[in-house]
Formats: sequence, structure tokens, C-alpha cells
Amino acid sequence: MAITAARPDPIPSPELREPVLRMQEVDKTFNGGVVALRRMSLEVRKGDFISLLGPSGCGKSTALRLIAGLMRPTLGKIVWEGGASRDDLGVVFQEPTLMPWATVEQNVWLPFRVRGESLRSTRDRIMETLELVGLEKFAKSYPRELSGGMKMRVSIARALVTNPRLILMDEPFAALDEITRQKLNDDLLSLKAKTGATVIFVTHSVFESVFLSDRILVMAARPGRVIREIAVPEPYPRGIEWRTSPEYAAIARQTSDTLHSTLAPGSEAH
Amino acid sequence: MTAIDSSTAASSTDKGPMFDEEEERIARAKRVESVAKWALPIIVMSLAIWYWDRLVVWNDIPHYVLPGPGLVLSTLIEDWPILSEALLVTLKITAMALAVAVAGGVGLAVLFAQSRFAEMSFSPFAVILQVTPIVSIAPLIFIYIDNRIVGLLLCAWIVAFFPILANTTLGLKSTDHNLSDLMTIYRASRWQRLRYLQLPSALPYFLGGLRIAGGLALIGAVVAEYVAGTGGIGSGLAFRILEAGYRLNIPRMFAALILIAGTGVLIFATTTLISHLALRKWHESALKRD
Ligand SMILES: Nc1ncnc2c1ncn2[C@@H]1O[C@H](COP(=O)(O)OP(=O)(O)OP(=O)(O)O)[C@@H](O)[C@H]1O
Ligand SMILES: [Mg+2]
Repeated sequence: MAITAARPDPIPSPELREPVLRMQEVDKTFNGGVVALRRMSLEVRKGDFISLLGPSGCGKSTALRLIAGLMRPTLGKIVWEGGASRDDLGVVFQEPTLMPWATVEQNVWLPFRVRGESLRSTRDRIMETLELVGLEKFAKSYPRELSGGMKMRVSIARALVTNPRLILMDEPFAALDEITRQKLNDDLLSLKAKTGATVIFVTHSVFESVFLSDRILVMAARPGRVIREIAVPEPYPRGIEWRTSPEYAAIARQTSDTLHSTLAPGSEAH
Repeated sequence: MTAIDSSTAASSTDKGPMFDEEEERIARAKRVESVAKWALPIIVMSLAIWYWDRLVVWNDIPHYVLPGPGLVLSTLIEDWPILSEALLVTLKITAMALAVAVAGGVGLAVLFAQSRFAEMSFSPFAVILQVTPIVSIAPLIFIYIDNRIVGLLLCAWIVAFFPILANTTLGLKSTDHNLSDLMTIYRASRWQRLRYLQLPSALPYFLGGLRIAGGLALIGAVVAEYVAGTGGIGSGLAFRILEAGYRLNIPRMFAALILIAGTGVLIFATTTLISHLALRKWHESALKRD
């Protein structure tokens, strides 16, 4: 209880949290007739950390792109709730996607810049966010002077800086080595604890999804669809000990089994 | 334990001097290279000039066939009033043509990037202008355009503007797709997308085009003047070469030629410097590696 009270953004039980976004029976069929996503429904509430887990080509990126408004659903609706909107979005891609000609600080400034806010008026917030990801000393550096993991942190800082209602992350750590990846996973969790951010996180990794999220949507390919939702009841903040706990191992096994059942031919989970 | 220790110690003492030697060799090679970078071109150039001079002296070549370097230099100094005036004209036309080419090339590229229909409509014209040799269009231009300077400018512009247009168009299209998506997510306006994303992405491409266009503008200015012929006030270096040729004033031809070559080198050095200054902080092409 004391821990919950100390957090800046206490997270009440899921049913009480305000909804952010609802996907209702969303279908996405591409021109070639590829069904990338079939009847996907998803309710995102404030403070959720949802992982989309599935094999390559099951429509994870498609789901994120639909939510980000980069394309329209073929059928179904995506509804933003409670005054949230697509403008209120942070995105982290698989690559850091930084502007090489701009300093770290200027890169993080971009979402503010597009809103017409000057660097000077937002510098405090930018520095605060860079501190959050541990890069305050590199504000004036250029992306090429940073390691892969540091670039990813800049990308995360850019997604966080406007304090968006929802953050979309598409396999952000897939290109990094295991050690950096675990470090960034830990950092991401402490960020979440500090900011109470709502996150949809795409990953190929069972362990990453169990470690990070409170809900895992396991997806299958051809056609892309959600076959099962697995809850991870462990409360935040989660420490390193979570990685070694028996509950973690049990959920990881369950998730892994579900994932493998999707790969077996002819299997259809309900 | 001790065996391992002694063996590593032995190998490290074995390796020590070897390693130093290697390092020293690399350092020496670097020093030699840094001197050679300047010294070699100067030495070779001096040798070539010296050989030119000897060639003239040994073979008793008359100066109306091949003047020696000394004579060319003295002509350059003697004729400086005429030549400098011509140089100024050529420089002015080249610089103006380049400036208009930059404005037109970048402007058209931005238009193409904004509207695919504009690109479909106008890029054939750009290509036709580019592939038609300037010498074959120039006479027509001088028939239709009375003002000599404007005609020269137009010729130089036609040659110079295409590399800028082509490169900048390519650059504007080479933006990172994810960054472009990010701009869409942030609801950036067309103008913001252009300013924050497309123009900076296109900068290295544009500068590459500028370096080519700089040389071409000079070529265009010179070639057009050969075609334009008749001189008078406002004649550039090319006309002075023609005129000197008619009068068999070969030393002056050489002097003017040297000025043209020098102008070309100057333009190349300037555009290279601009490119380096603009990109040195972030672009791969301008980064030092060690
Ligand atoms: N623009 C497109 N045009 C046509 N088909 C597409 C397009 N984008 C994706 N697809 C198809 O939709 C399906 C889902 O693609 P998506 O990129 O969402 O998969 P993913 O789950 O993100 O895969 P990965 O883990 O490899 O990134 C794939 O079969 C893909 O071929
Ligand atoms: Mg994907």
C-alpha cells in the first residue's frame, strides 16, 4: 500500500481505470488480398502495458499502424476514449529513427517543434526526459556519436517527452544485444513506474513480454488474429527479482506453449 | 600458475617492441602521407612546367606556336587590364547562372516533391533540356534574345540546373520512411515536413549536385560565348581567346586559358568547402575516421 501511495501515478484496478482506446472487430485486408488482421478487438486502459506477441507476419505492426492512424481499417472501428486522440501518441520504431543532422536535444524536441513550441520554452521538459533515460550529458551530441542502445533511449525520450496518453513500441529492442536489451527492459519498467505511461509493445520475445507487460495478446498468422490473452498479475514496479520468480517462469511457459500451438499447422485456439 | 604467468610475461615482452615497431611504422607512414599530400602535386606540377619551358627552349619553338611559361606569365601581367575585365565578366555570368540554377533547381525539385502531377508534367522538359547539347541550342537562343548577357546566362543556366534538380529531387525522396511516418503521426503540415525532414535529408544530395553544377556553369558560360561570338564591352574570357586566336596572339590565348582553368579550380574548391562545412557535423561523407 505504502509503495502504491508513493508513486506519482497510482494505478487502480483495471476495471476502474479510464479507457484510452478501443479497437472493435478491426479487419485489415491489403490490396493484394492479404488478410493482415482479422477481427481484432482490444481495450486499452490508462496505465496498461500490453504486449502483442506473435510470429513474423501475424499483423503486429499492422495493428500499431492502424492505431497510429497511418492507415485505415478495412472493417471495424478504432475509437479514442476520454478526450484522447491520435495527436496524443508517442511512437518508438524498431530502429532508433533519429534525424542524423540534429543533436539529441533537437531530436527530442521534434514533437514539440511540430506543435510550434520553441526549443527554449520546452528545454526544461526535454532535459527532464533525457535525465529519465540517463542521457542528460549527451543533449548536444549527434546521433552518430552514440551507441545503438543510447540511440534507442533517445528514441524513447522523444516518445515520452510530450507525456502522451499512449506509447506504441514496435520491437524497439529487437536489434540490440541481450545485455543492452535487458538493461533497457529494466529501464522501461522503471520509466513506466515513474510516469504511469500506457504502452502497447510489439515483440517476438516471450520473456520480454512476460517481464514487461500486464497483458499479453498472443497472435497467429495467416490470417493475422489474436488467439489468446494472457494476464500477468504481478504488480508494478517490478524489480530484477521478478525475472527469477516461479510465477514468471510459469507464465513464460504458458505463453510459450500458446505461441507454439499457433505455429503447429491446423491448430485453432478459441 | 607460475608457468602460465611466465609464459604470458614472456610473450608480452616478446610482443612489446614488435608492437611499438608496428605503431612507429604506421605513424611514420602517416607523417609521410601528410607531407606528400601537399608536396607531391607541387613537385609534379613544377616539373611539368619546367619541362614545358625546356621543350620550348630546346626545340626553338617560336612563341606563336607554343609560348614558354615565362612568356605566358608576362603576358598575363601585361594584358591584365583586358584579361581581368574579361575574367570578371565570365565570373559574373558563371556565378549568376549558378545562383539561378540553384534557385530554379531547388524550387522545381520542391515542387516535384509536393506534387507528382507537376513532376509528370515538367520532368520531360528538364530531361530534354539536359540531353540536348548546349552548342546546338545556343545559336537559337542568341537569335531570339537580343541581350547578350541574358543569352549567356540562359545557356549557362540550362547546363547547370539539371544536376541540381535531379539530385535535389532524389534527396527529397530519400527521407527515412519511419521519420516520415512520425511526421504524419505528429500531424506535421506539408511545410513542416519539408523544413524539418525533407530539406535536411536532401542537403547532401543537393551539395553533390552543386559541385557538378559549379563546373558546368563555367563550361556553359564559356561555350555560349564561343557561339555568341561578337565582342565589345562585356566580353568574357572565351571571347578573348577567340580574338587572340584570330590575331595569332598565342601567349594571350594561354594566359586566358590559365585564367579559365583557375576559375574552374576555384569554383570546385569553393563548392567542396561549402559542402564540407555544411555536412561535417553529421554526414558520413564528411566524417573523419581513424
Ligand atoms: N503495405 C502492405 N501491403 C501489402 N501487404 C502488407 C503490407 N504491410 C504488411 N503486409 C502483409 O500483412 C501481413 C502482416 O504484416 P505485419 O508487418 O503487420 O507483420 P508483423 O507481425 O509486424 O511481422 P514482423 O514481426 O515480421 O514485423 C504480412 O503478411 C505482410 O505481408
Ligand atoms: Mg513488424
